[in-house]
Amino acid sequence: MTEKITIIVFSGDLDKALAAFNLAIGAAAMEMKVTMFFTFWGLNVMRKDKKVSRARGMMRKMLNLVNRGGAKRLPLSRLNMGGLGGSMMKKLMKDSKIPPLEEMIRMAHEMGVEFIACTTSMGMMGILREDLIPEVARLAGVATYLGEAGEGRINLFI
Amino acid sequence: MKANATLDTLGLYCPMPIVKTGQKIKDLKMGEVLEVISDDEGIKEDMPAWCRQTGNEFLGIEESEEEYRVYVKRLK
Repeated sequence: MTEKITIIVFSGDLDKALAAFNLAIGAAAMEMKVTMFFTFWGLNVMRKDKKVSRARGMMRKMLNLVNRGGAKRLPLSRLNMGGLGGSMMKKLMKDSKIPPLEEMIRMAHEMGVEFIACTTSMGMMGILREDLIPEVARLAGVATYLGEAGEGRINLFI
Repeated sequence: MKANATLDTLGLYCPMPIVKTGQKIKDLKMGEVLEVISDDEGIKEDMPAWCRQTGNEFLGIEESEEEYRVYVKRLK
């Protein structure tokens, strides 16, 4: 039986996203079946760089103005210092030959990791499917997650 | 230890060494030995764990000043 692992990505922070993808890639390298659920701020990790959305409603439009998302634009969970911390972290990663987040997303996808986006957060925040990168395989909800998690021995919330 | 092929992962941090091991080992024939060179200390624990999970055999490790040489036999 193949080992299964699910990872809920709730956070939209760069450092937390990196940890999530590190785990996903490592698990895939160990021939486990990996499913990642992106919800709430985690949706930002799966958003395209360019703004595509035509969200409906004043508040959603405002939210999407300040919450632009995209793997290249994620803040650090601490010491972000208006973006300075994020830039410094990216430089450290480059010096340590750690691939940038966009590269890790691509790698994970190539290794068969499945990306699923949460429809509830999408609806609430006004994020449409076309706002998300094409690698997102499915849109689903809690029941799908729990079904997958029930079959997995490793279930993480990041 | 003798090996049929070598994989150099110097300068790369986890999970890259085991990701590349997984890719490279497919080029070897069954029973052949892959030597993986790494300077990430985590490899001492990671490689045996990877072998256990994927069904390949962990043969051993040779440590020196700057690097670790790990030996894996392809069984799957």
